[in-house]
Amino acid sequence: MALLDYFTRKKEKQVTTASKAKERLQIIVAHERNSRNKQPDYLPQLTEDILQVLRKYIKVSDESFSINLDKKDGDLNVLELNIELHDDNATN
Amino acid sequence: MARIIVVTSGKGGVGKTTSSAAIGLGLALKGHKVVLIDFDIGLRNLDLIMGCERRVVYDFVNVINGESTLNQALIKDKRVSSLSILPASQTRDKDALTKENVGKVLEELGGLYDFIVCDSPAGIEAGAMMALYYADEAIVTTNPEVSSVRDSDRILGMLASRSRRAELGLEPIKEHLLLTRYSPKRVEEGEMLSVDDVKDILSIPLLGVIPESQAVLKASNAGEPVILDTESDAGKAYQDVVDRLLGETIEFRFLVAEKKGIFSRMFGG
Repeated sequence: MALLDYFTRKKEKQVTTASKAKERLQIIVAHERNSRNKQPDYLPQLTEDILQVLRKYIKVSDESFSINLDKKDGDLNVLELNIELHDDNATN
Repeated sequence: MARIIVVTSGKGGVGKTTSSAAIGLGLALKGHKVVLIDFDIGLRNLDLIMGCERRVVYDFVNVINGESTLNQALIKDKRVSSLSILPASQTRDKDALTKENVGKVLEELGGLYDFIVCDSPAGIEAGAMMALYYADEAIVTTNPEVSSVRDSDRILGMLASRSRRAELGLEPIKEHLLLTRYSPKRVEEGEMLSVDDVKDILSIPLLGVIPESQAVLKASNAGEPVILDTESDAGKAYQDVVDRLLGETIEFRFLVAEKKGIFSRMFGG
């Protein structure tokens, strides 16, 4: 049966580069999607709190405020706040 | 209101501009009013692919800065009167585009055209974000190759989180997969990801498959979008894409390698 073994084994071994590519992509894409969708639970409350504090001192409309938590490469997380100051704040 | 379609990809060199040109022209040939916008500020090329590079006087940034009217900057296509091109600027810095001023231009165009096709720059920087921000639909141009597929997935993430529709909580951008430079022969030999592989990974609906074709280079050499080459397989495949965008159901072509004749089979040609 050595001859038969030879043929069947050969077939099993034939992993094409395309199937390798697919496998690698499925893993990396799934991984990247996971890290993309992970927004921490505290973010909405944090946003609310920051806005409250800001509004003690300046006028901030919802449109002129944005908050973003970005995962950079590695273990670095960046919390980005964007606050647009209107003219009427400057005079205070 | 016009349908705003962004042609995007993440990775460069996969065929965004070729596809924008072909699809824009194809839609116009079907009688629709179409404007093609080049969002690649600093590296304009859509004009070259469309064959109107010598007619550029004003550009997108001029319009935004109020240095010209929209009408002055729009180039009417010489082949199809219902098609216009808004070229990118060649020199200005890309920070010229903001959500507000791009929004204004798109709103004005929206009243005049049925389709606004936005040719996105590569990458995920501000320019690419601007091109996709106002989109209703996205044509995610992808090569059957690992880096292109991965970058397409990144862009899908951006479409879902960074667009106007995402920010306002509206119905999400309608995503279409456009697979370009496809070689059925190499797929059959196990050397290239198949249509189904890419569909599995990205899990978005397929809009079209453009076969790897010599016609594409010839078309860009001549400044005649490849859809005008109605004899070529790529031209036919883009025509199918246009018809599908207009709601027709058309079977996918060019997915299998041409069968070899008996002689080449016998003699291993």
